[in-house]
Amino acid sequence: MKGPSAFGSDMGRFWRLTYALAVTDFKLKFFGSVLGYLWQLMRPLMLFGVLYVVFTQFLDVTGDAKYFPVALLLGIVVFQFFGEATGNSVRCIVNRENLVRKIEFPRLAVPAATVLTALFNFTLNLIPVVLFLLLAGGQPRWSWFAFPLLLALLAIFALGFGMLLSALFVRYRDVEPIWDVVLQVMFYGSPILYPLQTVIDKAGPKVASALICNPFAAILQEIRHTFIDPSHVSATAAIGGTARLLIPLGAIAVVFALGLWVFIREAPRIAEDL
Amino acid sequence: MTHECSTYYSADVERGFTHDDPEVAIEWPDDIALLVSQRDVDARALREIADELPLSAYPERADAGPSSAAAFYHSRMPDEHPAVVVDSLSKTFSIPHERVHTLKEKALHPFRRTEYDELRALREVSFAVEPGEFFGMVGRNGSGKSTLLKCVAGIYRADAGDIYVNGRMSTFIELGVGFNPDLAAYDNTMINATMLGLSTKEARRRFDQIIAFAELEEFVDLKLKNYSSGMMVRLAFSVMIQVDADILLIDEVLAVGDAAFQQKCFDEFARIRRQGTTVLLVTHDMGAVERFCDRGMLLERGRVVERGDPERLTSRYLELNFSQDARAAEAQQAGDVPEPVVAAEPDAPTEDEDPEAATRLGDRRAEVLECWFEDEHGHRAEAVHGGSRCTCAMRVRFNGSSENPIVSLSLANSIGDVVVGASNRRGPDLGSFEADSEAVVRVTFTNVLAPDRYWVTAGVAPDVNGLYWHDRRIRLTSVVVTGIGAEGLVDLPYELTTQRGATITSELGS
Repeated sequence: MKGPSAFGSDMGRFWRLTYALAVTDFKLKFFGSVLGYLWQLMRPLMLFGVLYVVFTQFLDVTGDAKYFPVALLLGIVVFQFFGEATGNSVRCIVNRENLVRKIEFPRLAVPAATVLTALFNFTLNLIPVVLFLLLAGGQPRWSWFAFPLLLALLAIFALGFGMLLSALFVRYRDVEPIWDVVLQVMFYGSPILYPLQTVIDKAGPKVASALICNPFAAILQEIRHTFIDPSHVSATAAIGGTARLLIPLGAIAVVFALGLWVFIREAPRIAEDL
Repeated sequence: MTHECSTYYSADVERGFTHDDPEVAIEWPDDIALLVSQRDVDARALREIADELPLSAYPERADAGPSSAAAFYHSRMPDEHPAVVVDSLSKTFSIPHERVHTLKEKALHPFRRTEYDELRALREVSFAVEPGEFFGMVGRNGSGKSTLLKCVAGIYRADAGDIYVNGRMSTFIELGVGFNPDLAAYDNTMINATMLGLSTKEARRRFDQIIAFAELEEFVDLKLKNYSSGMMVRLAFSVMIQVDADILLIDEVLAVGDAAFQQKCFDEFARIRRQGTTVLLVTHDMGAVERFCDRGMLLERGRVVERGDPERLTSRYLELNFSQDARAAEAQQAGDVPEPVVAAEPDAPTEDEDPEAATRLGDRRAEVLECWFEDEHGHRAEAVHGGSRCTCAMRVRFNGSSENPIVSLSLANSIGDVVVGASNRRGPDLGSFEADSEAVVRVTFTNVLAPDRYWVTAGVAPDVNGLYWHDRRIRLTSVVVTGIGAEGLVDLPYELTTQRGATITSELGS
């Protein structure tokens, strides 16, 4: 018996479609306005400007880590990727209703494309981060090669939530406000505005290691460690040993597996439930 | 008078499928059935596998004759598998009375059972479509035809039954799926073509052809929101025909566009058909079915009620719409089964609360049982050609004896004007009829009517003038008159002559 499914029968088509959908979204964003790219940068840069002033001039939480302003900007940009990928995923199936109800295609392409679009945007946002880092005196390092790996891990984490949320939203419309709250908590609960070192100093290493159990915080901290400067505490050190890294890694695996399971289970009926 | 045979066997049956009743059950060779039901195999892979199977893989069953669809095709056309086989497909929608919309409600009442209305959109639907065939799926509103198409297309998952698709399939439930108004033609073409299954490379290669067919060369860089609706439809249609599918599933796409564009679509359909593409068309436009389809089937309440050639479908369709049986069945079913809502379709026949009362009157001492048209060869027809001889016939049953009854037939055009009427008021006398006898009355005439749809009102009255009827059935059936448009209500044969000269004044009229 044939029927709609998450992947479809042709993986090639799944990838093509994901890519085509993502590129379309991306183009729409940038070709729609004259200053497309500038507007895209505006949001993280403005937020960065405000936070930078508040946290370095009024509240001194910067600690000893080098290049904290760049680390702050990087944190904002990485979180923006995660927030965009998951937040847009919530409504993605419903927004693409006209496709889902009118044509047979691998359903998973929709949330996957949403995450891919966010990834494209992130790549663009990364350019000022690298510029600022070099201007501030940072040097390209070998450890930069760990960055794509960490990013891939984050994308998998985001896709896991994307699948879960998009499938759930078809049935339950309060997923959206719930997820908004979760994202807020994650924003303040991760060492984005404040360096992790400050947490270790003021609240103790236990609190810091608890924070790092959150996969997003762990990935972000590791990105800072490898990308900005080694003076930023590595996730391994903060959580207290390599073995404990299995907690955030396991969380990523669980979220992804759960998302995939729910999505595959819901995929055949999505067109009817919309 | 003998009773006209009312049991139609589907074309499938005539071709050798087994049947016990008009619902034909198609048995598959076990190999294919297993392949399809157990593994969700790609249609292509399936075809490859099926092609590799030797003929012996389809054993002729001695006890049941050529009992499987595929075996039958193999015995007749060793290289050809049916393009689409649907085997006892069922689909039920569960419509909750009170839908839980939020996680909060779910969390607060985790064990509350929601009550569902079961809506059986498809019940044991089976049919087979040969390669290269133009197959129509018709039915009234809510008959399940769109659901069936969506199941075959893989948009809905069926609850039971098997679908076997042999070849690359494209679905057109709507033209221009995925079109975005903020993008130019190129991007929209790419995304639409990718959705329909072309690879990026193929899509890029065919872009010029697509634009050329749509005649949009000048507007390639224009955003779609600045296109006229006609341009948009043209683009969408060009993409569709460039996809090169072996099997096309089309759902009333032709309802859009102006007459000129529709003509282009029709021409393109003719071309697609010549190429040997299999087409499954869902429509409620019987005209389109007669024009294009080789064969088709009629769905009613999720069941196949008729299979076969378009004329047969049309007569059955009208029968379903207007016959007493259908009404009775409807009234009976209305109580327990809700009207399946599949897709809103405009211009379907409207139904009154009590249709009988509005369309039928009389004491029923004699009854008009049915009414139909015959073409010049005496075959029943739902469409007759302008200029040909044709017959309007009605079958009357006399419940009591009757002396010189009056029968009448009148034809009203689509805007309701009665164009022509015929009766034996001025003779001939019909003589006497015994109780429980039947008669067929035929009125044969040269068809001078302008192309249109005409509705027949048939009546039988006792031998008195006035307004008293045994039975009078208004708009009992209809017929489509085909031909080239006439200027008026009728297309009378005429001669047109001209007279030439420098000044011709008074002679002109003489």
